[in-house]
Amino acid sequence: MSDTHQQSIGYVRDSMLPQATPPASETGAVKWVRQNLFLNIPNSILTLVAIFVLYKLLAGFLPWFLNGVWDAPSIRACREVLDGDAGGCFAVLTERWNQLLFGFKYPSELYWRPTLAFVLLFVAIAPVLFRKVFPAQMLIFTALYPFIAYFLIWGGSILIPIFALLGFVAGYLVYSRFVTQSFAMGFFGGIVAAFVFWWITGLLPIEGILALEPVASRDMGGFMLNLILGTVCVSLSIPFGIALALGRQSDMPIIKWICVVFIEFIRGVPLITLLFVANVVLAYFLPPGTNFDLILRVIIMITMFASAYIAEVIRGGLAALPRGQYEGAESLGLDYAQSMRLIILPQALKISIPGIVNVAVGLFKDTTLVSVISMFDLVGMIRGPILASTEWNGVYWELLGFAALLFFVVCYGISQYSQWLERQLQTDHR
Amino acid sequence: MAEAAQMQVSDEVAVQIENMNKWYGTFHVLRDIDLTVYRGERIVIAGPSGSGKSTLIRCINALEEHQKGRITVDGTLLSSDLKNIDKIRSEVGMVFQHFNLFPHLTILENCTLAPIWVRKTPKREAEETAMHFLEKVKIPEQADKYPGQLSGGQQQRVAIARSLCMRPRIMLFDEPTSALDPEMIKEVLDTMVELAEEGMTMLCVTHEMGFAQAVANRVIFMDAGQIVEQNEPKEFFNNPKHERTKLFLSQILGH
Repeated sequence: MSDTHQQSIGYVRDSMLPQATPPASETGAVKWVRQNLFLNIPNSILTLVAIFVLYKLLAGFLPWFLNGVWDAPSIRACREVLDGDAGGCFAVLTERWNQLLFGFKYPSELYWRPTLAFVLLFVAIAPVLFRKVFPAQMLIFTALYPFIAYFLIWGGSILIPIFALLGFVAGYLVYSRFVTQSFAMGFFGGIVAAFVFWWITGLLPIEGILALEPVASRDMGGFMLNLILGTVCVSLSIPFGIALALGRQSDMPIIKWICVVFIEFIRGVPLITLLFVANVVLAYFLPPGTNFDLILRVIIMITMFASAYIAEVIRGGLAALPRGQYEGAESLGLDYAQSMRLIILPQALKISIPGIVNVAVGLFKDTTLVSVISMFDLVGMIRGPILASTEWNGVYWELLGFAALLFFVVCYGISQYSQWLERQLQTDHR
Repeated sequence: MAEAAQMQVSDEVAVQIENMNKWYGTFHVLRDIDLTVYRGERIVIAGPSGSGKSTLIRCINALEEHQKGRITVDGTLLSSDLKNIDKIRSEVGMVFQHFNLFPHLTILENCTLAPIWVRKTPKREAEETAMHFLEKVKIPEQADKYPGQLSGGQQQRVAIARSLCMRPRIMLFDEPTSALDPEMIKEVLDTMVELAEEGMTMLCVTHEMGFAQAVANRVIFMDAGQIVEQNEPKEFFNNPKHERTKLFLSQILGH
């Protein structure tokens, strides 16, 4: 402050007054409690009732959980330790941990293989789920992952997955060679080339060359089986669903009707029925002596089932797009494949995300239905070998609660991811 | 300006429509349309709603299929051959009433998409072209935004830039200002006038008669699926021949 003003200004405040605090009843926790829990009499009554119910639930659950026995050889030993107190017998989870995860026939010295495949799964799906975070080159690993996972889980000669992969490559080469002449020619040529390649290599005596110890499909089980079925079927049913939805919209009547009949038929049949067909009836149609892998049959059925649903969800998304989007794409000279891939599907799929996730979550939980056709997935293991054993007969809550928890973690994760993805893709009205 | 514009018209044919008919089901929308558009011509198509104006220009890039007659665009006969249709569409730009921008792509991506995928232009080059045309329509600063963040007038100018990025030889405008607020119409019309001055061949369905008077070298009047009258704008507005045209003009210019 300069001297000239010293006379004219009598008083200048040189520090801020401390702020007065608002009344205690209007801030923080007190205000929140008052506004949300005790605003008026009915509100207060509801709050008290809710608190009482919560108390009752926790009073039942917490002692049972905290008192739980984690280390005992059988349910009787559990009861002896508890000695009449309330408490869960979680020892079954620790004792049968490997059976719950891998089933009871998978060789225990090979558990590292599915575990490794499980860890690699995250590496494989990361670039698909979080495109902006991970480099696009990681998608190469994603493409190779199915073959690596097959080799790890099923074992056998490394040439099997390599030949399978090369079959796809051969199909693609033939496709790209002929697609310039006509799409249909490239498409069917590619399929034929791949099958011919697989058929020829199938005749080669490759057994035991660079092999891991083979594990048969019927030895798969536990949560591993649910994860295999869930991952494979979800990732297959989305592309098939897209193809069916586009086929249903097609101008070509034969393609259209094939898709309509397929979708309507599959949606009209319970999944259990399809699984029984996979298990029993399909064998009658196949030539005698063919050994058509059971897991493969189940995968085909669940994929068909889920893709019919996903097709209808995506059809809804396609129908929601204004006609102008198709016209805009067409007027720029984009061909059908380009306008679908670049303009229509990105928007239609974005609209369809909640529906697709709904189907995916439902599908993942439906993989437990395979326990009905005597496959020992997580629920099959619990209902079968574990609960039927003399040691653990009667431990329902702990086992089924654990199964519920595993499924909940996965499904909640999927749901959270999809909500995040929807926010990421939100480009209008920002 | 009209005289200057006149001189750019060559006698090279851009679009030739011969005896074209179209039905929606049994409804006869377009009847015996004969129209020759020369390179550099700017044609305004006017007429009451439902007269088939939009359908006519949508037939030119095969967004609508015609059932009878021949349409030749830039020497290519429009048939059901998809390769021909895609070729014509990449030569003919179209601007729609509702813009039809792609909402999931940025403005820049909207403009580079077709050059990259249809013309196989390298990405960098396509982006340079896109920025050039975005500057031309005076919104280069919006390049990284999404269509939903722009005003209607801006969106329509982006739509024009998007078409221009394909370096079309003919531009079709389907009521480009009908969905816009009045104060935004001018910015779009200015862009179109500028385009016309550069000698672009344009077919424009519009109710903006001021635009027709300023830049068109031919006005076509359609009613009930037929071309009723066509003439130079001065003659058309001052001295309409047909009763139906007189009635139409008195209605839209009367107030």
